[in-house]
Amino acid sequence: MKPFEFHRAINSDDVFKHISTTSKYIAGGTNLLDLMKKHIHEPNTIIDLNSALSNTIEQKNDGIFLGAMTTNTKVTENTIVNKNFPLVSKAILAGASPQIRNMATTSGNLLQRTRCPYFYDTNIPCNKRKSNSGCGALNGHQRMAGIVGTSQNCVAVHPSDFCVALAALDAEVFITKTDSTTEKIPFKDFHRLPENNPEKDNNLSDNAIITGVFIPNNNFGNTVSYVKIRERDSYAFALVSVAAALEIKDDKIKKVRLASGGVAHKPWRWFEAEKFLKNKKASRDNFIKAAELIVSKTKPLPNNTFKVTLLKGAVETALMQCLTNTSNG
Amino acid sequence: MSHSKNENTFSRRFFIKTSSAFTALALVPHSIKAFYNDIKETYFTKKVVLPIYLKINGKDYNLNADSRTTLLDLLRENLNLTGTKKGCDHGQCGACTVHINGQRALSCLSLAAMMQGKEITTIEGLANGDNLHPMQEAFLEHDGYQCGYCTPGQIMSAVACVNEGHTKSIEEIKEYMSGNICRCGAYNGITNAIKSVAK
Repeated sequence: MKPFEFHRAINSDDVFKHISTTSKYIAGGTNLLDLMKKHIHEPNTIIDLNSALSNTIEQKNDGIFLGAMTTNTKVTENTIVNKNFPLVSKAILAGASPQIRNMATTSGNLLQRTRCPYFYDTNIPCNKRKSNSGCGALNGHQRMAGIVGTSQNCVAVHPSDFCVALAALDAEVFITKTDSTTEKIPFKDFHRLPENNPEKDNNLSDNAIITGVFIPNNNFGNTVSYVKIRERDSYAFALVSVAAALEIKDDKIKKVRLASGGVAHKPWRWFEAEKFLKNKKASRDNFIKAAELIVSKTKPLPNNTFKVTLLKGAVETALMQCLTNTSNG
Repeated sequence: MSHSKNENTFSRRFFIKTSSAFTALALVPHSIKAFYNDIKETYFTKKVVLPIYLKINGKDYNLNADSRTTLLDLLRENLNLTGTKKGCDHGQCGACTVHINGQRALSCLSLAAMMQGKEITTIEGLANGDNLHPMQEAFLEHDGYQCGYCTPGQIMSAVACVNEGHTKSIEEIKEYMSGNICRCGAYNGITNAIKSVAK
């Protein structure tokens, strides 16, 4: 690592005091320190946010607010989260290891960098690491690359499981800027597609920090599921994952959410499939049709067409699991 | 080309060249050296040393450490607590697992500067004198290792796994121990050891 100044921010005014173009915020550090050891990030200043931002979970009338510094474990152990937002716990528990979940935070999860192997290999060009240097993955190994929303400049995917659940549940990202103004960004607009500037993962401006994530109430109950397919049973990033949530009334799907990880530069929502399933019967036939509609929207790369088949199965499985989870719950 | 008959002695020319270079260097005005140092400081960040106080295995420590020091390096390099192992140093293997305020965490991905006032437990802090911790006994009993390099991390993770209550089945133990990799493949011994302590 390159030497750096270290500042512990102690309150919300303090967090902007030492910022510069070469400063970085640290929360859990599980991604940043790794990147610093590999000289992918070389900040001159590190600002520790742990004492400055909220690490509490607050139940509101219309939903739940997860403070930026709540650890993944704390979220999964929260009784309100488990009762009203079980999809969130399912997704978090599908990711990382217990040690990492004890360290990693809510805001850090949103801001973690891709795990594309070419992003991590400093001997190989990567547009995300260095603008206009090229993309190693375009003609390389593509198991971890995207199948939807990719560009000629970048095929990397967002690695989070937690964010897939947050995208499915229409969460909002709470932001505070240097001028003390606050803002709410709908989750689907927080992360972005690579287009011509893949070095930017999301739409958070340089003069802003995440203070927390709000999840609105829903009527999905236990009719939710998170299916994750990966290279090994545990402690691996997703090849594809599917978050599904159903609200069924009078034998018809009243509301449905479908989102995926491991397929795009951002947690991906399948809006067309949601529209297709609305007001239809919650049957395997309809679930298969929805899965077919989803895969018809994908554009796999030459070396990751297998992910389309995985995705199709994962969508069907996730929707079927919603039905079994509801009867168990 | 006729080379000097004795290659080990320095030629007259070499002597004149080097001695003039040293003389020239000594004569460089101080202002130029200062200017060079200024440039160096602008382009190369100096290492930053921070005061750190923390508790390790019940003992208080007041230390000074480079801002870059990870908790793992602080334990191993600064304090000679080498029981905690450095495997991958990138948060992928779990060999460096310690408890921070009672929760298992990866010391290789923790900055020592962020441990201010925290209580750390390492493998050295488990036994009570010569009496091993029940989990250490269980690893011996069930052959929970082969080469032993991942063992301190496995045991720290295993103790936490039992405390968390994630031991209802072998499957659950496996899932909650997935952050600790064993290249020898002693997994059956490890899960059996944990199951025996959990009972």
